[in-house]
Amino acid sequence: MASGVKPRVKVPKTAAAGSSITIKTLISHKMESGRRKDKEGNVIPRSIINRFTCDFNGQNVIDVAMEPAISTNPFFQFDATVPEAGEFKFTWYDDDGDVYEATKSVAIA
Amino acid sequence: MELTRRNALVVGAGAFAATFLPFQAYAAADEAIAAFTGGADVGTDGITLISPEIAENGNTVPVSVDAPGAVSILLLAAGNPEPGVALANFGPLATKQSVGMRIRLAGTQDVIAIAKMADGSFVKTSNAIKVTIGGCGG
Repeated sequence: MASGVKPRVKVPKTAAAGSSITIKTLISHKMESGRRKDKEGNVIPRSIINRFTCDFNGQNVIDVAMEPAISTNPFFQFDATVPEAGEFKFTWYDDDGDVYEATKSVAIA
Repeated sequence: MELTRRNALVVGAGAFAATFLPFQAYAAADEAIAAFTGGADVGTDGITLISPEIAENGNTVPVSVDAPGAVSILLLAAGNPEPGVALANFGPLATKQSVGMRIRLAGTQDVIAIAKMADGSFVKTSNAIKVTIGGCGG
């Protein structure tokens, strides 16, 4: 399930040094729980994103381990400190080994 | 009915079963809590779980957990086939130890959030969410 996966991230373009900003992330993914059945009654195998991390200039902000109980198109909202200008790096790890990445740079206002 | 030894045993067994039945569904969640806390005492102050009282669609229920000073937050849905929802670990740049996400709920149930604080203590809170349409499929 590596088709049509598109990460979307909302980060302010500028922030005051040391201030806190709110980050919202969403990635399109089916998040097949492994409990649904198709028309023939066969179980659809599990296929989810099992981990999400956010780093700023190499320093960790949040690291979430995800279970099948996370909704389709996983959405996360959290707050991060911006000590200096730099780049947020968002990484999603799929069950099938795929890694999806997104980056956003923040300037100091 | 005379209270013979046999009758006393029957009544006792019935009472025993009645006490334990309602908790059976939550046994898996309790195990997950024990695995996370290692059996340590769990307090109740300093953690907030924001969730809707009634969720019309169990496929996407928005919840957010706020636990100032936490290093990690474990979210459990006690009534789901698998209770685990997510484990969030906060790094040095997380300003507020809070996270919002959308989760699946199989039916009306309690959602439990447990936070591990920086000093190694644990706090827990839980909210009941009524779910109109469950979100686990088949």
